Amino acid sequence: MSNRVAITGMGIISSIGMDLEENLNSLKNSRHGISKIEHIDTKLKDKILVGEIKKTNAELESILKLPQKNSWSRTSMIGTIAALEAINNAGIDVKDDADIGFINATTVGGMDMTERYFYDFIDDPENRRYIQSHDAGNNTHNICDYIGLNGFVTTISTACSSAANAIMLGARMISSGRLDKVIVGGTDALSKFTMNGFNTLMILSDTYNTPFDENRKGLNLGEGAAYLVLESERSYKKRNKNPIAYVAGYANANDAFHQTASSENGEGAFLAMKKAFEVAELSPKDIDYINVHGTATPNNDLSEGRAIINLYNDSNDVPEFSSTKPFTGHTLAAAASIEAVFSIFALREGLIFPNLNFKEKMKEFDLTPVTKLAHKEVNTIVSNSFGFGGNCSSLIFTKSH
Amino acid sequence: MENCYINGIGCISAQRSFEKDFLIEPILYSEENILKVVKPNYKDFISPAAVRRMSSGVKNGIVASTMAIKDADVQTPGAIITGTGMGCMQDSEKFLDNLIHHDEEYLTPTSFIQSTHNTVGGQVALGLKCKAYNFTYVNTGVSFESALLDGLMQVENQDGRNILVGGIDELADHTSKLYKLIDHTKSDDEAPYDIINKRTKGSISGEGAAFFVLDNEKTANSYSKLVDVKFINNLEISGLEKFVNDFLASNELSTSDIDALLLGNNGDIDFDIYYDEMEPLFSGADVLYYKHLFGDFMTSSSIAVSLASDILKSQFIPGALLKNKVPQQNNDIKNLLIYNQYRGKDHSLILLKNV
Repeated sequence: MSNRVAITGMGIISSIGMDLEENLNSLKNSRHGISKIEHIDTKLKDKILVGEIKKTNAELESILKLPQKNSWSRTSMIGTIAALEAINNAGIDVKDDADIGFINATTVGGMDMTERYFYDFIDDPENRRYIQSHDAGNNTHNICDYIGLNGFVTTISTACSSAANAIMLGARMISSGRLDKVIVGGTDALSKFTMNGFNTLMILSDTYNTPFDENRKGLNLGEGAAYLVLESERSYKKRNKNPIAYVAGYANANDAFHQTASSENGEGAFLAMKKAFEVAELSPKDIDYINVHGTATPNNDLSEGRAIINLYNDSNDVPEFSSTKPFTGHTLAAAASIEAVFSIFALREGLIFPNLNFKEKMKEFDLTPVTKLAHKEVNTIVSNSFGFGGNCSSLIFTKSH
Repeated sequence: MENCYINGIGCISAQRSFEKDFLIEPILYSEENILKVVKPNYKDFISPAAVRRMSSGVKNGIVASTMAIKDADVQTPGAIITGTGMGCMQDSEKFLDNLIHHDEEYLTPTSFIQSTHNTVGGQVALGLKCKAYNFTYVNTGVSFESALLDGLMQVENQDGRNILVGGIDELADHTSKLYKLIDHTKSDDEAPYDIINKRTKGSISGEGAAFFVLDNEKTANSYSKLVDVKFINNLEISGLEKFVNDFLASNELSTSDIDALLLGNNGDIDFDIYYDEMEPLFSGADVLYYKHLFGDFMTSSSIAVSLASDILKSQFIPGALLKNKVPQQNNDIKNLLIYNQYRGKDHSLILLKNV
C-alpha cells in the first residue's frame, strides 16, 4: 500500500456537536441534529428542516474572541473552530512550520454576509467590511491567519464533493513529497442563497431525510466543518506520533451527464470508486463498510446504488452501508470531511452508524442500509461524495494497526 | 519525474488574444478602470441557445478551452482543472437579486445552478464528454496557480495525458460597484490611468479566461516547459528575497539565470511595493508588465502564463509589455519567471523555460 497517507488528527463541528466528543456521542445514541431553522430569517422556515449549528454568530464570535467589528462570515468561524480542534488533536504547532499546508473547501464562502447586505452596502459604510468576505479564498485566509499558518494554502470548490477533493489533494501533496503535514477538509454555513437554490431544484425534503428509502423525499441541508491532519511517515515518526487511520485510496471522476443530476447508471460514481481501489491496491471485497453519499434525493440514491451494485456485480455482495446525512443534513462542501471523521470513528470504535429514518427498501434494487448502531470490527471503508457539475469522488480509509 | 510542456493555449482577454500577434498593435486603455474582454465570436464555439443562457465567464471558459485543445491538436483531455477567484458572479448576482427583490418568491433554478464555482469545469466536461478528473480551485489570488500546480503534478506523475488547465474570472455589475466602494478598484475620477507611473489605491479591474494543455511529450507546437509553481498565503516584504531564492535554488537556478521577469504590477499604491522589492533582484533580466493591457483579476496569472509562453516560443518580447520599450539584453530567452501577489497576500512564482 505504497500510496497510503497517515491521518494524525481531526476536528469537527456540526449540528450534532461542537467537537469530536459531542459528535461521537450523538452518533452512538442515534441523536440527530435536524430541526427547523432558527438563525436565518427565511420564508422557508416552516417548509424545510435543516442541520443547523445551534449557535448564533455572536456566540461563535465570542468562542473565537473575535473583535466586535470583524469581517468574518459564519463559514470562516465554524471552519476555524474545527481547524483548531484538528491541530490540537494532532498535537502540532502550525506557527513557524514552513512545511505545513492548508487545503480548504467551501461552496458558499461568505455568501451569508453578502446576501444580508448586498444592496445595503451602497449606503451603509459600516458593513462594507463584509464585501471582501464574499470570495471563497477570503474564508480560507481568515482561518489560516487565525491559526497562524503561513505556507501552501488553497481552496477547492466542486460543490458537494469539495472536501473529498481537498483530502485527495492533501494526500497527493504528501505522497509527492511537496508537504510534510497538511490540514484538509471543508466548511460551509447555511445561507438563504443555498436553501433557496436547492428549493428551486425541488430536492429539499419537508421532513427528516430518508436515504435509500423507497419513499425518500429529498435532502435536508446542513452546516458544519471538519478537518483532518495528514502527515508523512517521516514527519509523524520524528515526533513519535501514531497515526489514527490512513487515507489509502482516492479518486475523482466526472459523470459528464448533466450539470446538476447524476446519470441513472451512476457511471461517474462507479469510475471514482473503481479508480480509488486501484490507487489503494485493494478490491471491493476488502471493504467492510461504505459510507454512502446518500443524500436522499430520488436521483442520487438510485444512481449511487446502481454504481455500487455494478462494482460488486451482485447486490448480495455489497458490504454494510449507511448514509449519515440523517444525523447532520447535507453539509455540502464540508460533507466529505465530516463523513471522513465519522469513518475514522467507525474504524477506531468498531462501530457502524445507522442510516436513520429508513423504512422501506427501494424497488429498483435489493439494498438495505444498516439501520441500528452495529458493533463490528471495521478495517476498510469507502466514503463517497458526489456533486453538481458531475463531480464524483471516492475515498478509502483504513485502520491504523 | 516527467517533464511538463505547454502544448496548446486559448486566451480570451481585454486584448484580441484570440488572434495571433495581437500585441503588435495592442488596444491601449487609459480612460477605463474596468476592462471587459474583447468578445470572440461565441457562435463559432457554442450553440446560439446556449450562448444566450450562459454568463460571459462560462462562455469565455468554453471558448478558451476549445481553442487550447484545438491548438494542441488533442481530442479529450486527461483531466480538466480550473481556477476562479470569484466564480460565476453574474449568475450569483442574478439569483441574489431575485432572492432579495422578490422576497424568496418566484425563483428559478437556472441562475443558481450556473452560480456554482465549478460550472465552467462541469460544462467543459459535459461538452467534451470527458469523464476524467475534474477539479476547481477558488483561493483568491492563487486560484489559477493551484490549478496549474495540480496539472503539473498530474503530468509529472503520469496520472494522465493532455491535462487541461485554465483560469477564469468574470466581471459582474453590482460586484464591480462594491469593489469600487472599498477601493479595490481605482476610483472613477482618477482617469487617465497609468498603473506603471501613477500609483493610487486599488487596481484596474479586469476579466478573462486562459486555458492550457499540459503534457509530458514535447510536440512541434510546444510553447514552453512548465518547470515549477509555488505559492504562499502570507509573505512579509523582508521574506520575499528568500522565498524567490529558495524557489530558484530548488530548481537549480539563481536570479542571474532569469532572462525575463513578468511582474503583476497593478498600480496599487499599497501593494506594488512587493514588485519594487522584486525587480532589483533580477538586474540582468528584462522586466515585463501586462496588467495595463489586461486589467487585474484574481486569475490574471493565467494571462501571464499565456504571454510568457508566447514569448518563449517566438523569442520575441512585444514592446507593449516592456518597461523600457527596448529589450535590455539580446541573448536567448531561456528562463522566464512570473511573480504575482493579490493585495499583499497569495504570492506566487511560476517558472517557465524555452523548449
